Amino acid sequence: MKIVKSLFLVAVFICFVSCASDNDEVSENDPVAGLNLVTSFEANGHTVELYSENSGFTTGYNEVSIRIKDIASDRYFSDSEIAWTPVMHMTDREHSCPKSGVTLTENNTVSKGFLIFQMTGNAEEYWSLILNYKIGGTTYEAEGYLEVNPSPGGKQKITVFKGSDDTRYILAMIGPVEPEVKINGFVAGLYKMEDMMNFSAVENYRISVDPRMPGMDNHGSPNNEDLTYDVASGIYRGKLSFTMTGYWKINLRLLNDKGEVIKGEDVTEETPASSLYFEVEF
Amino acid sequence: MLLMKIIIPAGRFPYILLGPLFSRKWLLWFSGGVLFISFPVHAQREEGGERDTILPVYLEEVVVISDRTQSGDPGQAKPLSSLDEYLTSARKVNMVKRGAYAWEPTLNSMSSERLSVTIDGMRVFGACTDKMDPITSYVDVSNLSEAHIASGQQGAEYGVSIGGAIDLKIDKAGFKEDIFIISLENGFETNNEQKIIGADINFSKDQYYIDGDIVYRKAGNYSAGGGEEVHFSQYEKYNISLNGGYQLGPGKKLAATLVYDEANDVGYPALPMDVSLARAVITSLSYEQDTLGVLHHWESKLYYNTITHVMDDSQRPNVPVRMDMPGWSDTYGFYSRTALKTGKHRLLFKWDGFYNKSLAEMTMYPANRGEASMFMLTWPDVRTLNTGLYLEDIINFKESSLKVSARVTVQGNRVADKFGLNSLRIFYPDAAASQTRFLSSIATQYSKQLRSFQLNFGLAYATRAPSVSEGYGFYLFNSFDNHDYVGNPGLENERSMELNAGISMTQPGFKLSFEGNAFRIHNYIIGKTDSSLSTMTIGADGVRIYTNLRYADIVNLSFNSEYKIAPGLTWSGAISWHRGTDNQNRDLPFISPWAYQSFLKYDTRSFYGEVSAGGAGKQVNFNRGFGEDQTPAYTIFSMALGKTFYISGNRLYTKAGIENIFDRYYSTYSDWNNIPRMGRNLFFNISYKIN
Repeated sequence: MKIVKSLFLVAVFICFVSCASDNDEVSENDPVAGLNLVTSFEANGHTVELYSENSGFTTGYNEVSIRIKDIASDRYFSDSEIAWTPVMHMTDREHSCPKSGVTLTENNTVSKGFLIFQMTGNAEEYWSLILNYKIGGTTYEAEGYLEVNPSPGGKQKITVFKGSDDTRYILAMIGPVEPEVKINGFVAGLYKMEDMMNFSAVENYRISVDPRMPGMDNHGSPNNEDLTYDVASGIYRGKLSFTMTGYWKINLRLLNDKGEVIKGEDVTEETPASSLYFEVEF
Repeated sequence: MLLMKIIIPAGRFPYILLGPLFSRKWLLWFSGGVLFISFPVHAQREEGGERDTILPVYLEEVVVISDRTQSGDPGQAKPLSSLDEYLTSARKVNMVKRGAYAWEPTLNSMSSERLSVTIDGMRVFGACTDKMDPITSYVDVSNLSEAHIASGQQGAEYGVSIGGAIDLKIDKAGFKEDIFIISLENGFETNNEQKIIGADINFSKDQYYIDGDIVYRKAGNYSAGGGEEVHFSQYEKYNISLNGGYQLGPGKKLAATLVYDEANDVGYPALPMDVSLARAVITSLSYEQDTLGVLHHWESKLYYNTITHVMDDSQRPNVPVRMDMPGWSDTYGFYSRTALKTGKHRLLFKWDGFYNKSLAEMTMYPANRGEASMFMLTWPDVRTLNTGLYLEDIINFKESSLKVSARVTVQGNRVADKFGLNSLRIFYPDAAASQTRFLSSIATQYSKQLRSFQLNFGLAYATRAPSVSEGYGFYLFNSFDNHDYVGNPGLENERSMELNAGISMTQPGFKLSFEGNAFRIHNYIIGKTDSSLSTMTIGADGVRIYTNLRYADIVNLSFNSEYKIAPGLTWSGAISWHRGTDNQNRDLPFISPWAYQSFLKYDTRSFYGEVSAGGAGKQVNFNRGFGEDQTPAYTIFSMALGKTFYISGNRLYTKAGIENIFDRYYSTYSDWNNIPRMGRNLFFNISYKIN
C-alpha cells in the first residue's frame, strides 16, 4: 500500500515538474518563435542565421530575420549593426535586388529586413548575401549562399518590367500573406532600377487594382482600392477584395505621379488581362 | 392495364369553400382545432337566419385536401394530385413553376418573402437559395387535411406577412371512439409515367390516436403539348408522417407530429441545376386545454424542423463550370394561443416565436483541374430570432361584424459565420454582424349582411423585414432575369397599406361574388442592377442589389360564381385580374394576366363527373428587364370521372381523367423561363378504404 502511495506521489511530482517546465518553456521569450531557420553560414568565428516565416526564400518579397552567434561562447550578439547586399550571380553578370535596411527588433539579438528577389537560382546561377556587420566596434564581412525557389504554386508575386518611360521597375506583392474572402489589405513595393546593384523606392505613383477570375469568365470584385504610396513605410497600400476562394489574377496599371500610364492595360472584353499583374490562389 | 395500378385516397376531396360562406360553426370548430367539416355552400343561408350568427369570412379560403367526415365523394377531380395542384385551385393562389416539382406558391401576386407559409402553424424555411424548395414541397397531400389560405393581414395570426398566409393543416384522426381505418392509394399518370403509391392507418380511441401514412411518388420527364419531352423534369419523393395524441384528462390533450420528407433526383428543367436531395424532418409537440380560467382553447406548441437541400449540376451536359450548392435551414419555434369569448367579443391571443439558421454554400470546380476550387457562402449562416404577439377581436353586431387584429414582432438577425460576414463586408464594409427590427401590423375587417348580400371591407397596415436572401444573399443567380443577386443588410422594412372590399350574393342554388384588394407597398424590395459590379455566374447579364423602391402597387380583382343547375350538377366559374406596378409605373414581374376557370361538375354519392376549362389572356403587362416576355393566351380543357364502389362494406374510390385534352402546347406567365406545361395527361387514381 505504501509503495502504491509513494508511486502515486512520484507520479504526481513528475507530472507537476513536467508541467512546470512546459510553462517555463512557454514563458521563455524565444526571439525567433514562429520563424524557421532557412540557412546559416559561418565566417569570422561567427554563425550567421537567417530566418523566415516560411520554410525558405522565394521569388518576390521575403522578410528575413538575422541572428549572429559567437561560435566559441555559443551566445548571440546583441546590438549588431548590419548592412546587407544580395547578389545574383548570373553566368554573364551580377546584379542585386530591392531591399530594405536591416534594423534591430525589440529583441536586440535579432535584426530584421526584407529582400525582394526577382528570380530563382538554378544550376548555373545563384544568389548570395554579403553581410557587413559591426559588433563592439569591429567590422566583419560574411557571405553566404541563398537558395531562392519559385513562389508557392508558381504564382506571380513579383514583376520586372520596362515602363513606357524606359525605366526598369520592380513591383512586388507584400500582402495579403494569407488572402481571405473579404476586403484584404493590399501592400506592394515599387522600385526603380538605378543600375545593376542599386534600386530605389518609387514614390507617389499610383497602381490601379482589378482582381479577376479567368476561370469564371473574368469575374471581378468590388470595392478594391488603388495602391498608393505610404510615406511612413515607403511602400504602397490599397485594398484587394476576393468574393470567393480560387485563382485570381490581380490586374494592375501603373501610373506615374503625373497620372501617365507607365505599364498595364484596363481589363475589357477585348483585353481580358493586363500585362502588369499578380496572381493569388487560395 | 393501367387500371391495375390505381389508387385509394382515404378521401382526398379537396374543394374550396369561399370565405364569405364560412359558417359560424366552421369558425368555432376551426379555431378550436377541431377537425374541419365543410358545409355545402347553401347551408350558410339557412344558418344566416340565426340571431347570433357571425358573418365571418375574412377573406379566407380553405382548400380541403382530406375530409374524413365525408362519406360521399364530392371532390377533387384528381385526389392524388400534388399539393401544388391542390393549391392552384385556390382563387388567390398562383404557382411559379421551375419544373414539375416544388412549385412556389404566390398569394395576391406575392411570393415567399411576402407570405407566411406554415405547416400546422409551424414556420419552416426552405434551404435553397434559389427558391427551389418552397415549404409546400416538404409535405404531401397524403398527410394534410386542408390548406388554409388567408389573404393579406387576415393571415397575420400565422406570422409576419404582407400578401397573406398559407397554413397547411396536418391530417389527424383525433380522439374518436374505436376507429381503425386503413386506406390504400394508388395512382398512375401517363404523361410522365408518374406512379403514386401510399397507405394510411388511422387508429383512434377515446384516450388516444395514432395516424401513420406513407406515400411514394416517382415521375419521369413529362412531355409538353405536341409531344416534346421536357428534359430534367423527373422527380422521386417519399413522405412519411406519424401523428399521435393522448388525452391527459378531461379537456387536456397532448399531441405529437413527425413528418419526414425526402425527394431525390429532382430535375428543374427551367434552371441550370437539379436537386439530388431535398430532405425535411418536421417535428412538433403540442398541448391543448379546453379551458384556462376564463379563457378557452389554450394550445401551445413546440417545434423543430431541419431541412437539407443539395443542388448540383452533375447531370447536366456542357456546363461552363461544375458546381455544388448545398443549403441547410433549421428552425426552432413555439406558439401559444388562447381565446376568450365575452359578450359580443371573441378574442384570440397568440404569442409565437422562432429561431432559424440559414446556411448555404457554393463550391465551383474550375475547368482547369489544376486550379483551386472556388468556394463562397451564399447564405452566411444567418440566424433569425423572431418573436411576436398577436391579438384579434371579432365583435359581432346584429347583422354585421367587425374584426380588429394587430401583431407586434421583434426580429433580430445575426450573421454567425465570420467568413460570411467578411464576404458581405466586401459590399458593405460597415455592415454590422447583427441588427434588430421592429415589425407591426394592424387590420380591421368589417362585414355586413344585407338580405342576400354580404359586404366586406377591410383596411390594414403591415411591415415585413427583408428575407435572408434579400438581406444577406451572396451572388444568388436568378436564371429568369439572368442576373446575380446580392443581398443588402441595410434595406428598410417594407410597409404595406392594404385595402380590400368584396360583395357577394347568395340565393338558393346560386351565388355570385366580386372582390378585390389593393396593396401599396412602401420600400418595396426588388433587385436593381448595379452596372459597376461584375457578374459571378458565367453568362449572366449583370448583378442586382436588393433595394427599396419608393413604393409599388399591387391590385387583384376576382369574380366568382356558382350555379346549381340540378341536384348534383353545379357550374362554377371564376375570373381574375391582377396588376402590379412600381412608383414609375413599370410593371412588376410575375403578375398574372387576366385568367379564368370554369367547371361543370356532376356529383352524387357514387358518381362524379367534371369538365373544366381554364386559361389566361395574353399577357399585356410584363417586364423584360426581369426576364419576362409576352405569354400568349391559352385555354386548356380537362375532364374527370369517378365512381365509388362498395366492397363488403368498404369503399373503393376510382377516378380517372384527362388533363389538357387537346394536347395544347402552352406556358403561363409564371413558368420559369417559359418552360412548357404538361401536354395531354391521363390519370388514374384508386383509393381503397378499409374500415
